[in-house]
Amino acid sequence: MTTSHREERTFLDSQELILNMGPQHPSTHGVLRVILKLDGEKVIGTECVIGYLHRGVEKIAENRTYAMFNPYVDRMDYVAAVSNGLGYCLAVEKLINVEVPARAQFLRVIMTELNRLASHQVWLGTHALDIGAMTPLFYTFRDREEILKIFEKYCGARLTTHAFRIGGCQYEAYDGMEQEVLTFCDFLLPKIDEYEQLLTTNRIWVERTKGVGVISGADAIAMGLTGPPLRASGVKWDLRKAQPYSAYDQFDFEIPIGYNGDTYDRYLVRIAEMRQSVRIIRQAVERLPQGPIMAKVSKMLKPPVGEVYVSIEAPKGELGYYIVSDGSLQPYRVRVRPPSFVNLQALDQMVKGQLVADVVAVIGTLDIVLGEVDR
Amino acid sequence: MPEDTLGNSSAPETAAAQAADAKSSVGSQGEPPVQPAKPTGEEAPKPLAAPAAATAAAPGTGAPAPPAAVPSKTPAAPAKPAGPVPEPWNEPLPNDLMSRFGSAVREASTYLGQAYLVIDCAEAPEVLRVLRDECQFDYCVDLTAVHYPKREATQFDVVWILYSFTRNQRVRVKTQIKDGDTVPSVVGLWPTANWLERECYDMFGIQFAGHPDLRRILLPDGWKGFPLRKDYPITQQDTEWVRENLHIESGQ
Repeated sequence: MTTSHREERTFLDSQELILNMGPQHPSTHGVLRVILKLDGEKVIGTECVIGYLHRGVEKIAENRTYAMFNPYVDRMDYVAAVSNGLGYCLAVEKLINVEVPARAQFLRVIMTELNRLASHQVWLGTHALDIGAMTPLFYTFRDREEILKIFEKYCGARLTTHAFRIGGCQYEAYDGMEQEVLTFCDFLLPKIDEYEQLLTTNRIWVERTKGVGVISGADAIAMGLTGPPLRASGVKWDLRKAQPYSAYDQFDFEIPIGYNGDTYDRYLVRIAEMRQSVRIIRQAVERLPQGPIMAKVSKMLKPPVGEVYVSIEAPKGELGYYIVSDGSLQPYRVRVRPPSFVNLQALDQMVKGQLVADVVAVIGTLDIVLGEVDR
Repeated sequence: MPEDTLGNSSAPETAAAQAADAKSSVGSQGEPPVQPAKPTGEEAPKPLAAPAAATAAAPGTGAPAPPAAVPSKTPAAPAKPAGPVPEPWNEPLPNDLMSRFGSAVREASTYLGQAYLVIDCAEAPEVLRVLRDECQFDYCVDLTAVHYPKREATQFDVVWILYSFTRNQRVRVKTQIKDGDTVPSVVGLWPTANWLERECYDMFGIQFAGHPDLRRILLPDGWKGFPLRKDYPITQQDTEWVRENLHIESGQ
């Protein structure tokens, strides 16, 4: 890699420098270590060192019953715990062939989309902070608090919610939840405009994000990127539309896409996604059906021998669970297909040839959560 | 090497231990108490390590849990009928592959509506290439493995999960390999397989031939053992590595 680079070096060039970024670095969003190979300010290669948060989630799963493992998945992508739980519950429900009641499906959609909003708010706040804009962090965390309050009222927890059970939901909507969620929707839309006022046409923001970390649609597919990074490269693909689950086919919403595949487009895509989430939540609340919230599911789950792969559109991308059952009480194997892990892999390609400062922007725009990268 | 716990328990004991253990833990989780059938043995709830050995021992040979171990008084537990079975996957795509590769494509089935292929490891690169280039499976969703220590000839399943944007279809491609066999790397086909293969190597010790940089990814480089193998107990650590690098006793 470096030989061809050396040949074109002149006496003005600086020496190649290895810079160690992280694992304790405020802009690596956790414990990610990136070894940067630099030529002056230019990045000529990166290597990610991960695994600092590895807890062996997949091994733990093999030693727990299906229901017992459910709360563990919350600890992977801890800013989108509800999505993790939804994916896991759907996978086990597929394995035991259970249909979830309509009301539970709608409740799940409300919670998951609220969580998508919360996740995108964390992303926006920290991403902007990394680039140097401090205000959005306070704005987004202020508004995210309202979501966490709803979570807390609904299931008692704010972050690692364990909101769903295999077969439906544990909790019925609390008194006045519908109204509260609708009020929140009305509250949030102008706030999203406010975030945009701070950033979308902000000269510094545009300069720091436009043309940074560009990846083409074909490359994005080859690298396995999913979620907003894929859509910002112009690929209109969202699992909620492509292979609808949990009643998503009953809602009216758009898939926002970008065209340039750069950091700015990923920003726009996520912002637009937040508006779509609000739209979905409103529909789900307004059409929330009556009825039971739990399907009949045995307390001692013993799925038949077999295996399934079920994935959902988590805020970060495709979150999949591949579960193998041997007919016993515990899963024989649970494999988690983490969107953050796969997306992070594209970092090297996206920052090559860019400046050191852009590495921070690209890590932010990939929206990784190290708990999910390392599992 | 981790000590082999597999041969230590016979299947009936295993199932009883699992059932007893699971009951006690479900109860303590705060869910409505299950009316347990009388524990089938004098098994007290075991420490964490026990189920690890138990799970490891149960599958593989496909030894079915004896019906005695099924908690018969569990509320709302329907008598488990024979579950859904794999059905032949009759579509142009698998039929085409089968006529082209003959017996190298051993099985093309669907289970619960999800399609999968079982292929010979030797033909894997070619089958996967055809899937990508001619059948538009341009997105490699995931790559992983499953360990079946009780299977005599082939201990590992290697699984590629592929997706096609144009077909909006997912397919799982599986192959069975022996411990120590190398699997052809697909990094050349899907660059995303790079880290996935590294993780697979890290957790199972499966070698991928042709991988540009096959080393551990989640665990530290000097770590001994492959944690997701079934003979690696859940509490096991590389105590030597911990002592050397963290300067602590790992407390195991």
